[in-house]
Amino acid sequence: MTSLTLSRAPSRWRSGLRGLLLQRLFQAGLVAWMVGTLTFVLTRTLPGDMAYRIAAGRYGHDMVDSAAAEAVRAELALDQPALGAYLGWLWDLLQLDLGRSLVSGEPVIHELWHQLGHSLGLAVMAVLLSLLIGPPLGLLAGRKPAGLLDRGSELAASVLRALPPFAVGLLLIMLFSVALGWLPAAGHGRFAHSVLPALTLALALAAVSSRVARNAMAEVSQSAYYAFSHTKGLGARLSFLRHGLRNAALPVVAYLGVQFVYLIEGVVVVETLFAWPGIGHALVHAIVARDVPMIQGTALVMGLMFVALNTVVDLICHWLDPRRREA
Amino acid sequence: MFAPRSLGLALLLGLLPLTASADDRTLDVVAPWEITGLDPSTSGYVFGRMGIAETLVDTDDDDQLSPGLATDWQVDDDDLTWRFRLRDDVTFHDGSPLTAEAAAKSLEHAWRKPGMLDSAPITAIEADADEVVFHLNEAFAPLPALLAHSTTLILAPDAYGENGDVRELIATGPYRLASLAPPQRLTAERFDEYWGDAPAIEQTSYLAVGRGETRALMAESRDADIVFTLDPASRARLTRNDRLSIHAEPLPRTIVLKVNAGHRFLDDQRARQALSLAIDRSGIAAGLLRHPEAAAAELFPEALGAWHLGLDASEAQDLERARELLAELGWEANGDGILERDGESFRLTLRTFSDRPELPLVATALQDQWRDLGVDLEVAVGNASEIPSGHQDGSLEVGLMARNYGLVPDPLGTLLDDFGSDPDNMGGDWGAMGWSDADVASWLATLRHDTDPEVRSELAGRIATRLNEAMPVIPVAWYQQTAAVGTHLEGFSIDPLERSYRIEALRWAE
Repeated sequence: MTSLTLSRAPSRWRSGLRGLLLQRLFQAGLVAWMVGTLTFVLTRTLPGDMAYRIAAGRYGHDMVDSAAAEAVRAELALDQPALGAYLGWLWDLLQLDLGRSLVSGEPVIHELWHQLGHSLGLAVMAVLLSLLIGPPLGLLAGRKPAGLLDRGSELAASVLRALPPFAVGLLLIMLFSVALGWLPAAGHGRFAHSVLPALTLALALAAVSSRVARNAMAEVSQSAYYAFSHTKGLGARLSFLRHGLRNAALPVVAYLGVQFVYLIEGVVVVETLFAWPGIGHALVHAIVARDVPMIQGTALVMGLMFVALNTVVDLICHWLDPRRREA
Repeated sequence: MFAPRSLGLALLLGLLPLTASADDRTLDVVAPWEITGLDPSTSGYVFGRMGIAETLVDTDDDDQLSPGLATDWQVDDDDLTWRFRLRDDVTFHDGSPLTAEAAAKSLEHAWRKPGMLDSAPITAIEADADEVVFHLNEAFAPLPALLAHSTTLILAPDAYGENGDVRELIATGPYRLASLAPPQRLTAERFDEYWGDAPAIEQTSYLAVGRGETRALMAESRDADIVFTLDPASRARLTRNDRLSIHAEPLPRTIVLKVNAGHRFLDDQRARQALSLAIDRSGIAAGLLRHPEAAAAELFPEALGAWHLGLDASEAQDLERARELLAELGWEANGDGILERDGESFRLTLRTFSDRPELPLVATALQDQWRDLGVDLEVAVGNASEIPSGHQDGSLEVGLMARNYGLVPDPLGTLLDDFGSDPDNMGGDWGAMGWSDADVASWLATLRHDTDPEVRSELAGRIATRLNEAMPVIPVAWYQQTAAVGTHLEGFSIDPLERSYRIEALRWAE
């Protein structure tokens, strides 16, 4: 559909696009620098001796003594001034080199690539599941505000959004794995393993998007143009498809951008709970082991992903809403 | 029109055929420890426990050294040359034979990396006919015990890259690595050319799951056949599940108090004994650790053989005796019940850390129990590194920590680090501080070179007794390894040295 719209009105679709993209590109650069600097400062100021933490991450707690820690300190030049390490990191970043993990010795980019795939798979599945559950439910509820479906879905959404993803995940495991025995409780390797973690994330996302869709639909269905579409003789179905859907979709899509924050934060918790080998899980372990290049790389990728996803949301809104293009 | 709920349901139902039950005849093991990579120096324990790779020296069911890839070993009269004779019927998983050259090469790689071997005075490792020969520059009797450690697993020459990195796990165990997805998962299959008895179970998998709640739920849902390390709350629930059996075994990892014996309050052994006598170990074990049998009146649990004295934890507490001992040293209670001597209150600072979540809890229990004795204890929860650094700069007064005396079947290596055999320079980061005892130093020095089992066993008892009298470190509790095992499995037992999951002994119940 995008290409159709493009070919029909290329100049209109493109107007305002360059500014939007340039702005996002500038943001991406700023995010990269700030995230890297912040993680660097924060990890350096965390309590505890980095050399001991890294040695424990590498060889296990039982094998750490001052000799092992000193060996790590010498190998990684941890006793050098922090400013030099920071400038070195910045210079490497400019050359798109994220360095090597202090614990495993593997290039950070290599590890991230492996983990990012797992996390993206989970996130995409969560968003798709949430779109299947949330907006349709919201649109249905919004057509009859204060009806039974509206009240019921409001209650369910409030409960689901209020519960932390950790609790939702545990409840889902108890229901689907322990009580019903339908799905594996944790792990990875088969498709079935991804259902519960994705559903955990999707339920909270759907809780918000169903309410946003419901409010948007309620507003549209009470608008003058929607009433007019009925008056001019379009049936309920055609009115909805021609005048309801696109108008109601705008806030849902725009809100999706806001919800990515939740998704990124949820991935960290959900991956740990379900033993999912993704980027959130890696971040937790990197922080425990003071693996600074891994922390910087992971945070950087998460930050850039956030900018990229918001750019996609902007582009979709730009396409959905013709009013923005003239602006 | 929309039918979102039926859509969602259809999606879920569509996935159902993809889910298999635990009865797909793969033995699924779940534990909290992650797989860092292929190298035995970082993740060898997983490959050892899963029966994928083996060491020259093994341990038997009584935790005594037994032949592994080496059938027997001896030391020359000068105590400096050790010879390990290899089995002649062993093939690696790639079909190549285990030769002395291959084993020596593999051990040389292990020696150059951080691990167990770097604590031994080795000068060279070489192959001689069917023997691996170690040359030392001073006597070191516990060498065979070091060769039972997972950092000394034997891999084939082709397993290593040019710079010594492990590229492929080619080992000799009854199971062969089938897939590895660090940091969490590996699968293995039975190796049919294994030199020993063929195990009954054909397929195995290992999954690292960090959260205790998740592990327990995996045991309940039968996603896992064996789950290691249960949190206390889940353990109580799983005990009531009649499809699971719960196992527990004390580990040679002991929660100990490291005491600065150079401190003016603590330099007399009676002061340290008094502190020990005031500890309610049974209360800590039952109330905080939820394992009444974890109470430790001595450093070494039964798995360490001759080092274990068999003391009764309930008799290790005697508050009256503790008060008498401190009164002998001139301490008198003031109006607030705090002991005073020469106008100074008995006030100490205890450092501990939260990497092991039970330590801060135990610390606050000690604070309470020592208060009854009249000792004012301040608890500082920080980072694990503050104990070794406090040892080095002399600022530590009391430290609460966990020490593993069973990294190898013989605790001697750890004890040499912790107490030392040089009477003028005793102590170590995770051991004694400001304490010396010429007898212990000379006994440890004898153990370094004397290989006679009777002498060793006698000296072990003497050292354990002396340590228990002088209390340079005060034992509090032993860790427990716990496991939940499906009742569809037979033959399960826990190895207290944590070298093996003993998968070879398991079979499916009919």
